[in-house]
Amino acid sequence: MSTAVAEHVDEVKTTPWSGGRSPFNVEYGKMMMWFFLLSDAFTFSTLLISYGALRFSAPTWPAASLVFQSVPFTSINHAPLVFVGMMTFILIMSSVTMVLAVEAGHRNSKREVVIWMLFTILGGLMFLGCQAGEWTHLHSEGFWWGHVPTTEKLTEFFAPINGHLPPGDQQVRTAHQFANLFFTITGFHGFHVFSGVVINIIITINVLIGTYAKRGSYLMVEKVGLYWHFVDLVWVFVFTFFYLV
Amino acid sequence: MSSETTDTHAEHAEHGEHEGMDKKRIWKIFWILAGITTVEFIIALGIAPHLQGTAHAFINPAYIILTLCKAYFIVAFFMHLKFEKAGLIMAIIVPILFIIGLILVLTNESHYWIDLRL
Repeated sequence: MSTAVAEHVDEVKTTPWSGGRSPFNVEYGKMMMWFFLLSDAFTFSTLLISYGALRFSAPTWPAASLVFQSVPFTSINHAPLVFVGMMTFILIMSSVTMVLAVEAGHRNSKREVVIWMLFTILGGLMFLGCQAGEWTHLHSEGFWWGHVPTTEKLTEFFAPINGHLPPGDQQVRTAHQFANLFFTITGFHGFHVFSGVVINIIITINVLIGTYAKRGSYLMVEKVGLYWHFVDLVWVFVFTFFYLV
Repeated sequence: MSSETTDTHAEHAEHGEHEGMDKKRIWKIFWILAGITTVEFIIALGIAPHLQGTAHAFINPAYIILTLCKAYFIVAFFMHLKFEKAGLIMAIIVPILFIIGLILVLTNESHYWIDLRL
């Protein structure tokens, strides 16, 4: 009887939470990346939710299909959503090349990891270039932090409600809110893309000089991949709430 | 002996973690994401401008549902969360639910602000 109890006490527990190994079965750095992304998700949520609150409480708002209808670097002028559609496609594409890099890393294929990482970096740079074009275009229209186009020009960006355009003072006030929120939120996202490109370049250099081949695992590519997908994920929401809704 | 079995077990689990995302699947997810984005464009350019009155109220919920679908595919497959341990999935998803609380509070609040302003 007593020996049975002693055996039970001495028994080594092997459940995930009984210590001695990671209960989540992920490497430390990868788990920390997840928790960083969680905190970053909160940051972006507060930005987007305050945008939503200001927009809901405004009697009128600039119409996305009228503000975003030209394609920078070309003479196309009345094509709503075409340019931003291209940007969305570029970012989704670069997310795909990133998973392909991770997949190549699992097979320890250094050459393929480098190729897919380079495509990912190229995608990131293309997106940043597009965003620079978009910002330049809006700036040339007169939008900037705390700046809106002249009253005559501003009317072009508002859709009539029941056949009437909203009054001028409402237009100026909501256009200010729109400009501040647009540049802050897309700027914060763009800065994330920029950081992602820099981190991707560092990781690619490390792959090239064989750091991860020596280590025997391309887990770092996976971690930076998580960050990159998160940037894509945030864009999915920015795209919906600034350009579609 | 027992630590040895634990190790092989962990190794096996880690191997299993990498399953599920081969090249074919990656491209499949890409086509799903591209397809959802195309649907969003069709709604924005082809359907929304022709809708009148109450039918228009369905447009924004449709965008949000499609966006959440895209978010699911990115997080579950590209970020591989679907194949992680249930504990990690919960640790990431449950805190996100607080965001829904903030959305509900602030949309409600903003309807009150608009009455203050008018």
